[in-house]
Amino acid sequence: MGLTATMTSSARSGPWIGRSPERVEDAALLTGNGRFIDDLGVRPGTLHAAILRSPHAHADILTIDTAAARAAPGVAAVVIGPDVKALTASLVVGVKAPVECWPIAVDRVRYVGEPVAVVVASDRYKAEDALDLIEVRYAPRPSVIDPLAAIAADAPILHDGFPHNVASDRRFRYGDPEAAFAAASHRIAIDIVYPRNSCTPIETYGVVAEYSVSDDAYDILANFQGPFSIHAVISRALKLPGNRVRLRTPPDSGGSFGVKQGVFPYIVLIAAAARIAGRPVKWIEDRLEHLCASSSATNRATTLAAAVDDEGRVLALDWDQVEDCGAHLRAPEPATLYRMHGNLTGAYDIRHMSVRNRVIVTNKTPTGLNRGFGGPQVYFALERLMQRIAVELDIDPLDVIRRNLVPGNAFPYRTASGALLDSGDYAETIELGAREGGLDELKARRAAARAEGRLYGIGYTAVVEPSVSNMGYLSTVLTPAERRRAGPKNGAQATATVSIDPVGAVSVHVASVPQGQGHRTVLAQVIADVFGVAPQDVRVNTEIDTAKDAWSIASGNYSSRFAAAVAGTAKLAADRIAVRLRRIAASHLNVEASEVAFGNGKVFSRDNPDNAMPFARLAALSHWSPGSLPDAAGQTIRETVFWTPEQLAAPDDADRINSSLCHGFIFDICGVEIDRATGEVRIDRYVTAHDCGTILHPGMVDGQIRGGFGQGFGAALLEEFAYGADGSFLTGTFADYLLPTSTELPEPVIVHMQTPSPFTPLGAKGVGEGNCMSTPVCIANAVADALGEKNIVLPLVPARIRALIAGEEPPAPVGGMTAPRAKKPGGRGLEGEGSADVGAPPQAVWDMLLDPATLQAVIPGCHGVEKISDTHFRAEVTLGIGPVKGRYRAEVKLFDLDAPRAVTLSGTADGALGYGAGEGRITLTPRDDGGTTVSYTYDAEIGGKVASIGGRLLDGAARVIIGQFFAALARHAGGGAPAAGAAGGLSGWLRRLFGGAR
Amino acid sequence: MPRLSAAQRHPVRFRLNGEAVEGIAEPRMLLADFIRHELGRTGTHVGCEHGVCGACTVSIDGTMARSCLTLAAQVEGCEVRTVEGLAPEPGRLSVLQAAFRRHHALQCGFCTAGILMSLDVYLRAHPAPTEPEIREVLSGHLCRCTGYAPIVRAAMDAAAELSLSTRQEDVRYV
Repeated sequence: MGLTATMTSSARSGPWIGRSPERVEDAALLTGNGRFIDDLGVRPGTLHAAILRSPHAHADILTIDTAAARAAPGVAAVVIGPDVKALTASLVVGVKAPVECWPIAVDRVRYVGEPVAVVVASDRYKAEDALDLIEVRYAPRPSVIDPLAAIAADAPILHDGFPHNVASDRRFRYGDPEAAFAAASHRIAIDIVYPRNSCTPIETYGVVAEYSVSDDAYDILANFQGPFSIHAVISRALKLPGNRVRLRTPPDSGGSFGVKQGVFPYIVLIAAAARIAGRPVKWIEDRLEHLCASSSATNRATTLAAAVDDEGRVLALDWDQVEDCGAHLRAPEPATLYRMHGNLTGAYDIRHMSVRNRVIVTNKTPTGLNRGFGGPQVYFALERLMQRIAVELDIDPLDVIRRNLVPGNAFPYRTASGALLDSGDYAETIELGAREGGLDELKARRAAARAEGRLYGIGYTAVVEPSVSNMGYLSTVLTPAERRRAGPKNGAQATATVSIDPVGAVSVHVASVPQGQGHRTVLAQVIADVFGVAPQDVRVNTEIDTAKDAWSIASGNYSSRFAAAVAGTAKLAADRIAVRLRRIAASHLNVEASEVAFGNGKVFSRDNPDNAMPFARLAALSHWSPGSLPDAAGQTIRETVFWTPEQLAAPDDADRINSSLCHGFIFDICGVEIDRATGEVRIDRYVTAHDCGTILHPGMVDGQIRGGFGQGFGAALLEEFAYGADGSFLTGTFADYLLPTSTELPEPVIVHMQTPSPFTPLGAKGVGEGNCMSTPVCIANAVADALGEKNIVLPLVPARIRALIAGEEPPAPVGGMTAPRAKKPGGRGLEGEGSADVGAPPQAVWDMLLDPATLQAVIPGCHGVEKISDTHFRAEVTLGIGPVKGRYRAEVKLFDLDAPRAVTLSGTADGALGYGAGEGRITLTPRDDGGTTVSYTYDAEIGGKVASIGGRLLDGAARVIIGQFFAALARHAGGGAPAAGAAGGLSGWLRRLFGGAR
Repeated sequence: MPRLSAAQRHPVRFRLNGEAVEGIAEPRMLLADFIRHELGRTGTHVGCEHGVCGACTVSIDGTMARSCLTLAAQVEGCEVRTVEGLAPEPGRLSVLQAAFRRHHALQCGFCTAGILMSLDVYLRAHPAPTEPEIREVLSGHLCRCTGYAPIVRAAMDAAAELSLSTRQEDVRYV
């Protein structure tokens, strides 16, 4: 098959919108000819950066010794916080507060993974070598991970400018919620803890930056996705006007889902590093960096209450949302919280509402854009609540949904908090989804399963999917008085340019940055329909260069704005040229302009199609004979349109905000069966019915739905950025942060209805984010139905499900296995105990344990032991744990000495790969054979890179190392062997590593 | 294999997509980095550098392998195939590649090269796979865009087309 898809002659004519031609992007991507950022060449002499990151969640930086790193081969520069601070200004913080936010730690680290130093070297390998030579001394502070704990009175404070860790606390009131609650016969409430997760694109961040001294300007290439309002943040941080900060994007980007908005602090950091190094600098993020420290969705604690009548109608809502934005409030946060503000009543006709929104900082990675952006958090609370209303009032959950829907004749419908729902017929979409999705059959399966004693449940969600964000919605976080001082913010400029070259070939440029959504294909379809040419005759460029292209703050690819706003704007630009072409054609064809039509590559008279001329010839006239064109026809060479919808007004004084232009509707049904023994959730069927307005390319719309569903499925069942109680990041690999794979992800049944949006040029609405909003809670509702449970916490991993159904488990048989001892909650804590037999009397063993020379000989990987005092030792050791092997400095102090019977050891270890702290008690018991039984217990906490990527192996590794220690001690004492405890641990670990697990 | 010194760069020679290639690499250099940055074949992508995501999968002597977990020095004398070697000729797609395009089995395309290589290796040995078998092969790859269903359909469709073709080898691999 050729690279240009062959078309039959009948298929060559329009209209192209609504069809699913093969994508123009695919041939290059399928043959290895994509042009992602790391596939592009760089200028000769470009240096490569690697970043040293904090192993601590919260600590003061005492000293950073970079001398050895600077002297390492190939190293050109080592950049630390004060260097960056000298060249840049603080990143803008999203609320008004005396708080600074730097792209690299200055004096203090506030999350694991925060950049501490950047090494710039001749290649990446050498840069990473030099990272290991940087010595940083930290003084750890108490950290706080949970958002509700962060607002407690005695919580550690992250920023003095955020009292009680609260960056913003706003209350809103719409209608008369107090009266509605007082009058309602029921108050039904739910408490939600929504976890942290991320859509994790498979391509990580990348930046190439250089600084020109002579121009005093930066030139930056980054796989940034927008919004380009962030360009203003970047240029302000780099202390230059925007016209001296040229930001370009590569032709291809390997997925983003919002996440690549978060590359911007690294743009500032690498730009500063390039200025310091005096050479271009390239940085490609690795996966550990990405999982640990790029960005994530917010986690949120929500209490939501409804005033409900006896029929299940919701009369009022009362929201209390505590939003956790991580360690810094980076632009555009707290946008995740406010993106849904107009949509807090979902798909329902609810006129009274009160809202309290608190924005909190904790010792976790700063948050940012992520597909669904606020929708998953809001709908998890709202749709769980609707399910609870059904359960508590004993009404069918689908009837509760139906009774509360915005009626079909009410559009456009203004919600209580100000959104203008543009179009739809929600009840009709629900009936369509239930019918086409086979709801009756699912109900029969549930009945049959339950009759057999199996756990089967059905969940529903009805969700309004907002798209095309109002650039003014974030200002809802300010009070009306603050907004008046700041000036109104509103609108959403979409930008498109259509140009025609001297041979009549059509090109399109849009200020949107695709990461796989097929923009080039769809734009070719849209423009082909306007000019009556074939899509393959239209060339589309979707790169952005802020120095040359038309763009504005809303440029970029986010809030599902492509189909609704950008593609429509391209059509408007082409329409403007088409109007002029008609005037020119009219004079050539001797007809009225209104009679001119485009089709099959020709321009012709509608009444007499034989009266025609080739499109390319007509289109080129503006180049070749501009002097001969009809008066006032105007040029047809290039047209740029900026389009912003009038419906996107600034928030009003009553805090009503139309936060998005378009509102699609989704109705989902999920049937699940739960394995009672393992707690595994299996999706029996998932139905997702969408009304996203006019569909431009059905194949791509279904692709967006399947992809969003996959990420929603992962959020529901697998994915969580897990932190230890001390703030250690515990999911630093794709073996710890589990994504759905082909063996467990089912294919959803997709149902469509099309109610065009009256507000967009093509009638299209966004569709890409909806299932990230609807699917997590739909699966949760199904699980709640299956288990009869109220408190459903994501992700629904088997262990969590098992804990929910454990009450039904029969008692364990006598003598059977017992559950392992519970660890401290949340921490990557290690505890263990064991014993070893040593062929020497207790006093000899005691002396060996306190002798530096013996310790050096028996501690695995020990390079040297220094005796500071009789009870204080310092050691250098090399330890390998799982995939990470590194050198650590250990300090050990002895307490409670009871010679020669027992001693308590308390120690810390730290190195480039992490740190640990622990305590152990060793007891020596004389044996009948003259030897000694050495018994020990230990309890340790591990943090840093080791905890992030070696977490699964830590318990086993600790046992191995301790076993090795006692085996060596026994050898050193001249006989004996470790007793069962340690040996069992070692062999058990080896068996797990190399045996059954494979 | 000759004894290599960590401090030195050594020549590495192998066949890449049927063509003899040669470069210089430190012993620690990853095959993925070598193919991409030394040899300039950037179609193979690196997504995780710890062997889970599968984006960097290549064929080494006919076996699928993670080029992020393989050292360049290890393929000395081997036959390595990458995504650049799949198309029968410039301007044409292989049956598998064409099926991917037809079924919209890619969106951003970053993970696609690795998936194509695994399927190419697998379908050579298993010309009549079942859907569960294809899903099992694909479980070694992470795709965040497609939800896998169109990839499964493309693989099944390609397998069917390849088994129907009377001149299978001619169409498939040139």
